[in-house]
Amino acid sequence: MTQFNYLKNVVTLKYDSSKCIGCGMCVTVCPHRVFKLDKKKASITNIDKCMECGACELNCITGAISVKKGVGCAAAVLNSYFNNGVVSCSCDSN
Amino acid sequence: MNAIDFKQVQLDTEKLPIVRPTSSKWNGADYWGAFKVRWSVGRNTYSVPPGLYKLGDPSSNTPVMLTSNYKLSFDVLRRSLKGFDAWILVLDTKGVNVWCAAGKGTFGTQELIKRINQTELEKYVSYHKIIGPQLGAPGIAAHEVKKATGFKVEFGPVRASDMPDYIHNNFECTEPMRTVTFEIGDRLKLAPVEISNSIKYLLLLIVVFIGLSGITPTAYSIELIVPNGIKAIFILLVAYLAGAFFTPLFLPWLPSRMFSLKGVAMGIIGFSVLYLFKVIDFFWLQSLGWLFISISIASFLGMNFTGASTYTSLSGVKKEMAIFVPIQISMGVIGLITIIISKFIWL
Repeated sequence: MTQFNYLKNVVTLKYDSSKCIGCGMCVTVCPHRVFKLDKKKASITNIDKCMECGACELNCITGAISVKKGVGCAAAVLNSYFNNGVVSCSCDSN
Repeated sequence: MNAIDFKQVQLDTEKLPIVRPTSSKWNGADYWGAFKVRWSVGRNTYSVPPGLYKLGDPSSNTPVMLTSNYKLSFDVLRRSLKGFDAWILVLDTKGVNVWCAAGKGTFGTQELIKRINQTELEKYVSYHKIIGPQLGAPGIAAHEVKKATGFKVEFGPVRASDMPDYIHNNFECTEPMRTVTFEIGDRLKLAPVEISNSIKYLLLLIVVFIGLSGITPTAYSIELIVPNGIKAIFILLVAYLAGAFFTPLFLPWLPSRMFSLKGVAMGIIGFSVLYLFKVIDFFWLQSLGWLFISISIASFLGMNFTGASTYTSLSGVKKEMAIFVPIQISMGVIGLITIIISKFIWL
């Protein structure tokens, strides 16, 4: 399996372990396996793997996780220059 | 009287939620459609009606699988369920695939709640569980769906092709099933969309450079347009493919984590090949101009592949764009000016 790593120290993912109840949803939903569960507490294993998809934040019942959700797409960022700064997918007509 | 009765029957069936039959088989039109959308043809209108589908002969104990109404998402899911019976609940994502739609929120909590109610899903199944694709999780808050409908959303594997193993494994995912990858096959599938989407830029550049082909120190030469123009088209095409095809292809082996810089490297490689094969045999100043143009094009297209990749974050893309968009623009402009100037210096 090819391992890809994007830029270091850029992602907006924040995690407050004191709010974690150990449900493990963040571990389940993360497509890059950023979280792991140890003794009923989640922890971040490799924050630079995060692609800011927002799945963990949305599925965290206690609000222990926050991340500025967005699409890592240069074309969408380019479009946002002409679209009041709103970065959204541009591959489709919507 | 008869006419009124008929109308009455029509109204009643309209009130019932429709369950559409489907199968795991692909026909010729499915293959052709999948091929076309890979080349970005008709991708915005490639959809199936949202709602409930039955695959095979599902009972009240058969699992409910969730997908988007992008036809390729739906087709890949049903094909992966070969040999199984299943309910398939299709959300209205305006024909966008699961992951992208989840990013926008159209493959989302509200749409799922609405669709569960509208299809009266609880009438078809005895247990209240839905298996959603893991990549739908950026749009669906499982606990919100449970609160609103009583249905528990469980996230299944990332790839539909893992569905049979997931089912045989008692609906448990292994680590690889939960992990997004970006193998050479995935990248090759996505490259044609990149090639098609940016073709307008290439055509524009070709027109500009054909126009420049006739410039000589003394006059504009119509005869030079064909030989110089063909060469220009060739160089532009190589730079274009370097960025839109070879950068995705060689992604893990190109230097740097930044896609723009990977594109730069690939642009230089493409230019070097043309130089070695003496396609580029101009006065040195003009060759230098072409190098700048090639790098600018390949870097821009390499950068654009971030959108198709499966691991780039918005924060990261913004960071590399802040550095590389100014570089791409200046290299393009400097390259163009250099080429024009060089044409006024007779070799």
